Amino acid sequence: MEPATERSATVEPRDPMPDGYRRTLVRQIAQHAHSEIIGMQPEGEWIARAPSLRRKAILMAKVQDEAGHGLYLYAAAETLGTPREELLDALHTGRQKYSSIFNYPTLTWADVGAIGWLVDGAAIVNQVPLCRCSYGPYARAMVRICKEESFHQRQGFEILHTLSHGTPAQRAMAQDAVDRFWWPSLMMFGPPDADSPNTAQSMAWGIKRFTNDELRQRFVDIAVPQAAALGLTLPDPELRWNEERGHWDFGTPDFAELAEVVAGRGPCNAERLAHRVRAHEDGAWVREAAAAYAAKRAARTSTQEPAA
Amino acid sequence: MTADFLLGLADDALVTAQRLGWWVSRAPELEEDVALANIGLDQLGQARGLYAVVTDLEGLGRTEDDLAYLRDAPDFRNVLLVERPQTDFAVCVVRMLLLAAWQSEVYAVLAAREGPARGVAAKAVKEVAYHLDHAAQWVLRLGDGTELSHERTQAALDAEWPYLPELLEPAPAAPVDPASLRDAVLGRVRPVLHEATLVVPELPADPPTGGRAGRHTEHLAALLAEMQQVARAHPGATW
Repeated sequence: MEPATERSATVEPRDPMPDGYRRTLVRQIAQHAHSEIIGMQPEGEWIARAPSLRRKAILMAKVQDEAGHGLYLYAAAETLGTPREELLDALHTGRQKYSSIFNYPTLTWADVGAIGWLVDGAAIVNQVPLCRCSYGPYARAMVRICKEESFHQRQGFEILHTLSHGTPAQRAMAQDAVDRFWWPSLMMFGPPDADSPNTAQSMAWGIKRFTNDELRQRFVDIAVPQAAALGLTLPDPELRWNEERGHWDFGTPDFAELAEVVAGRGPCNAERLAHRVRAHEDGAWVREAAAAYAAKRAARTSTQEPAA
Repeated sequence: MTADFLLGLADDALVTAQRLGWWVSRAPELEEDVALANIGLDQLGQARGLYAVVTDLEGLGRTEDDLAYLRDAPDFRNVLLVERPQTDFAVCVVRMLLLAAWQSEVYAVLAAREGPARGVAAKAVKEVAYHLDHAAQWVLRLGDGTELSHERTQAALDAEWPYLPELLEPAPAAPVDPASLRDAVLGRVRPVLHEATLVVPELPADPPTGGRAGRHTEHLAALLAEMQQVARAHPGATW
């Protein structure tokens, strides 16, 4: 396959492609799809408790969007010859991962705001370059997803803005949520470049356009002035503007913690996966019924057709 | 009377939205997470539209959030059908079939004549037509699917059916007398149940009732406790 820089058109499902490229894409798209559907849980828990009807409607629509993103992404993975059923099985048995961020608990209403602002904000920084990814179906899915994510990010910012300008208790709730979600959001960009063995190959294939550390820096540079606009502080004593670099300097995330969470030992890994598996198993009889009904209908239709 | 009637409709929709919200991340397949969230959002939108009409009619300066968050269970006017737990997919779709059949008829009448809820009803008619179709498709698949799905759906129907008469109780002074909708509602529901190979139970002679007068099952207070907890923990706060 030609290096990405020498290729202008995207790779499409029927085009020849190296096995490694296909495998890498399936893994990445699946992990992204799994993140969308596991990500429904931490926020979904707050649909019931949203403190106003307007917020309830926005949150419900947001979590619905995440299910929709999961659908587009599983469909994009299917164009590479891997059915959704197989990918869900890989998720349910722990063979494929989802974003580590969703293994952190949502403890208060303000966490819904922090997830929108920081987690969706980080996701956008990660995902905007994917709109120009070399694989066409993935790139096109990402265009649509990024549009919706930017709405999600704004609603999170708006929740936090309202809280930080509200009662002392609301303000404290907002600051606490930002304190807890800041570092895990920085970890969403993955390990530092020196410890990211797949980055070079993914960049050569045009799947990835920037390194983990480049994207992490971009996110910090965007978030710092937004935090100031919110009137909230970011829990990093090393944050300072570096005139020479033209970027914000920041502290080092606890990558040992990231490794633990990725290895399945984060605060909510077990419950997130159990929730997903339970939903799937509890729904098995429904999917079986739908398949049986479709088969009966097909049989009825074929017996009704006149003989040729 | 108009405000009371519309409040009942609005509470039906809000409580339904609250129950449907539970399904998001728990549906049998991803398409259904999307669909149930969508239906929940429609119901929530109908509740909000109707609360706006109600607060306008009563002229007390209350807001939609005052109605949703600051009333206790005895002040809610929803029917018992919608407030009971709904964590079985068969119950979810059977209940949706009954409710949407009824809402279709009520909204059609309200949309066809002058009145404060005409605008809300005109939009809702289109939405509940989709809810009704969605529910009917699932009742067919489950009722005429596997042996297990048939049994579960029949059990759900047997459990939900006794709550249908409350929706059809006479209220001659209301903008729409629910008793007048009886044949139309049954006319929508029965053919679906027959085609789904389900046995339609008899309507009970002495059905459970009381929701429109604020006499609820024990489940409503629990539902409201969850829904209202954040709002009530911060009196006077803006969200």
